[in-house]
Amino acid sequence: MIGARSDKPFLAAIGALAAMYLLLIVMMLVADAIYGFGVVPFRSDNPDQVSLVSIFSQKEVINSIKLTLYSCTISALLSIFVAVPTGYLLSRYNFPGKLLVDAILDIPIVLPPLVVGLSLLLLFNHLPTKDANFEDMLNDFKVPFLFPKGIEVTHNVLGVILAQFSVACAFSVRTMRNTFDQISPRTEQVAQTLGCSRARAFFSVVVPESWRGISTAGTLAWTRSMGEFGPILVFAGTIPNKTEVLSSTVYLEITTGSLETAVIVSLMMVTIAIVVLVAVRMWDRRNEGGLYHG
Amino acid sequence: MVKVENLTVRAGNFEISDVNFEIPDGKYGVLMGKTGCGKTTILEAICGLKNVVGGKIFVSEINVTALPAGARGIGFVPQDGSLFTTKTVRKHLAFGPRVHGWKREKVAGRVKDLAEDLGIAHLLDRKPHGLSGGERQRVSLGRALAVKPGVLCLDEPLSALDEDTHAEMVDLLKRLTAENDITVLHITHSRREAEQVADLQFRIEDGKVVQM
Repeated sequence: MIGARSDKPFLAAIGALAAMYLLLIVMMLVADAIYGFGVVPFRSDNPDQVSLVSIFSQKEVINSIKLTLYSCTISALLSIFVAVPTGYLLSRYNFPGKLLVDAILDIPIVLPPLVVGLSLLLLFNHLPTKDANFEDMLNDFKVPFLFPKGIEVTHNVLGVILAQFSVACAFSVRTMRNTFDQISPRTEQVAQTLGCSRARAFFSVVVPESWRGISTAGTLAWTRSMGEFGPILVFAGTIPNKTEVLSSTVYLEITTGSLETAVIVSLMMVTIAIVVLVAVRMWDRRNEGGLYHG
Repeated sequence: MVKVENLTVRAGNFEISDVNFEIPDGKYGVLMGKTGCGKTTILEAICGLKNVVGGKIFVSEINVTALPAGARGIGFVPQDGSLFTTKTVRKHLAFGPRVHGWKREKVAGRVKDLAEDLGIAHLLDRKPHGLSGGERQRVSLGRALAVKPGVLCLDEPLSALDEDTHAEMVDLLKRLTAENDITVLHITHSRREAEQVADLQFRIEDGKVVQM
């Protein structure tokens, strides 16, 4: 009898595979926590001993936390601002060269992070400097003069944001495209028959319906920006109190042999990521309850 | 009145050409045909949701072929209702009037009247996820009727309903369209359904619309 065969071996096999990966992630975090909290006390009277209080009193670390929160938020907002219209365009319209555009938008996802940073550096390092005149700009053909003269991008906060945005936005575009693909164009058409222009139908019908996708795209961009390191290292550098973000802090602390600080900062990044992910999921779930009643 | 003259519409590789028919004022017309024969494509073209390759569409003697969907005075009820998942029933009924810039009191009055007419007054604060198939179709119908269109286009509005709800909806459609003197174009593949509602029946045969 075919129906009598048990599903248990199959479920056990897929469960075991999932559990192995889950265990790997959890064990990595546990190893960090055991090492970090085992070696680093909360407070120490010995000035040479690294403690939680001493780590989080360092001006560089405080500024790094501030810059991380600030730059990730701006990158995420910029990513949504670009990803919503781009995703909508790709989902709803067919145009010549769409396949190519689609492939280009995936480049930041598949490119090694260091290459993204190097490419940004090559593009922006040829911006006209403060003293450049029009003749210099003409001589320097590599510059698209879309960018305001005199604004320093490389090795600056702007560079950090641009490096994060370049990669994070690609993930947001993908998410938004999938979101719009799942929303039937019929609702927009109904709105149009009721007198809406295409733009009004988009804002009053499509945007509210895609809210969950927008929140996912934003979270993804935010957490991705926080994890970004390669492009920031090459393009913006790891200048303490200027372009140092948490991922750079971990790198700097490892290279200077201060593994304890690196581990504690890593744990903080994990905590921030978990808080953001859980908060957004809880917020989404609360809104899901609102799907039944107004 | 809805009149279609030598209409040609293309959807991807599919084309239906030289379509002619007319539904006089206040009459209930049903267009039948097999799945994939182009019924919905014709309906979408009349509603202004598909570009027309050739021919003319008249609504109440006015050539609306080049007008945008919202300026044709046509209400549209899609097959699945296509409700706005984040909006309450009240907001569905108020959607059209608000877009048309009606005053708040007038919108509220229209929503109240429609909800009572359609038997959905107790659902006004509910959202689509909490509604049954029949309730959804009533909301979709109410949304289309809210701005008092002269013509109503229904794309297989009863196909997903159980027998009892189907019968209720047939009565509701007949009553509401007759009371409000609305010209209807109703699409279905069910002959029985056509006989229940239609004043005029059309059929797509070999790519041509013929009156029965």
